[in-house]
Amino acid sequence: MTKKKARKPIPGTTIFDGRMAMKGYALNKMCYSFNEAANREAFRKDEDAYCDKYGITDEQRAAVKKRDVLKLLSLGGNIYYLAKLTGIFGLNMQDIGAQQSGVTLEEFKAKLLAAGEK
Amino acid sequence: MARLIGGIGSSHIPAIGNAIEKNAQSEPYWKPFFDGYKPVWKWLEKKKPDVAILVYNDHGLNFFLDKMPTFAMGAAPEYQNADEGWGLKPIDPIPGHPKMSWHLIDALVEDEFDLTICQEMLVDHGFTVPVSLMWPEPELRKHIKVIPLCVNVVQSPFPTARRCLKLGKAIGRAVASYEENLDVVILGTGGLSHQLDGARAGFINRDFDLEFLDKLKDEPEWLLQYSNYELAELTGTQGVEMIMWLIMRGALGKNVTEISRNYHIPISNTAAGVILFEKDA
Repeated sequence: MTKKKARKPIPGTTIFDGRMAMKGYALNKMCYSFNEAANREAFRKDEDAYCDKYGITDEQRAAVKKRDVLKLLSLGGNIYYLAKLTGIFGLNMQDIGAQQSGVTLEEFKAKLLAAGEK
Repeated sequence: MARLIGGIGSSHIPAIGNAIEKNAQSEPYWKPFFDGYKPVWKWLEKKKPDVAILVYNDHGLNFFLDKMPTFAMGAAPEYQNADEGWGLKPIDPIPGHPKMSWHLIDALVEDEFDLTICQEMLVDHGFTVPVSLMWPEPELRKHIKVIPLCVNVVQSPFPTARRCLKLGKAIGRAVASYEENLDVVILGTGGLSHQLDGARAGFINRDFDLEFLDKLKDEPEWLLQYSNYELAELTGTQGVEMIMWLIMRGALGKNVTEISRNYHIPISNTAAGVILFEKDA
């Protein structure tokens, strides 16, 4: 068995494990429902009513309102399901990459390009 | 008897699907990436494999956290793609080979790999992007039948790299015992280094990826020195997907020739890799 307690934390990283998967189950389930266009539309029309339907906690709901991906991750969100939520707001993986790492989209793209120029 | 003729490792980033859809392959951003596939297209055109076993992970289209199989194999006559929620246009259904799927399932479970068996499964970009990449025109795709093997690299714990390599070896044996005279190619997809989530989003590790590509042909066991936790640290939380390349490599056995490879940073948030091995006759 891997001794989890002995693990050195990885900076800026949370492993999506059983603990997080339990914490974020309802949130991720709501996001999974956004595979259906009709559900995305229902969410757009009334975010609160849609969150109610899935039993989203107040803290998670506030983070959904702020489109705060880091916060949603800390509350158990998984990035693949969250991408379906942020897609509704017109934010793609690079937009949320920039948001999470605290830089502009241009800076985020420049950082990736620089990684290829080593 | 069926025979494995080769294996391909390839990234499966959704943006590639968009680029193919928009016919953007020769744009400056995309050209260095797509040029890396030219030897693969040539090889596939020449060899015309009958069946492809496609190792990938689902990102929340078919599988949710309610039921998350570690390894799931398709046994369906065809596989449909669908809306993933953020705008990638679904591709036409891909034909499967249920008879061969059941042979593989029988052989692998007998070999102590307890797969989840799927007679219906939606396939997401992890599957469709490699299909579109390998056979860019629907015309080229007509003859090929694809068998999906889905691996959990979404909800930790994931299978270990060691388990993946062993599963690959078992797939190699299972293909070789299939009675029909078919040429089979195996695709290991995902990776290479990238991290989509957290304050470290955008993390890439070029040195690690290059060493992985260097070792893959003759010393795939090199990757086994790392736990999945260590791989997340070294290659990013989604870089761990490279363990699926070990399934491909394991299936091919000892004697292989590397025909081509390409490595390009970045595609979207990812270091993209492609490698083609031919199994020696």
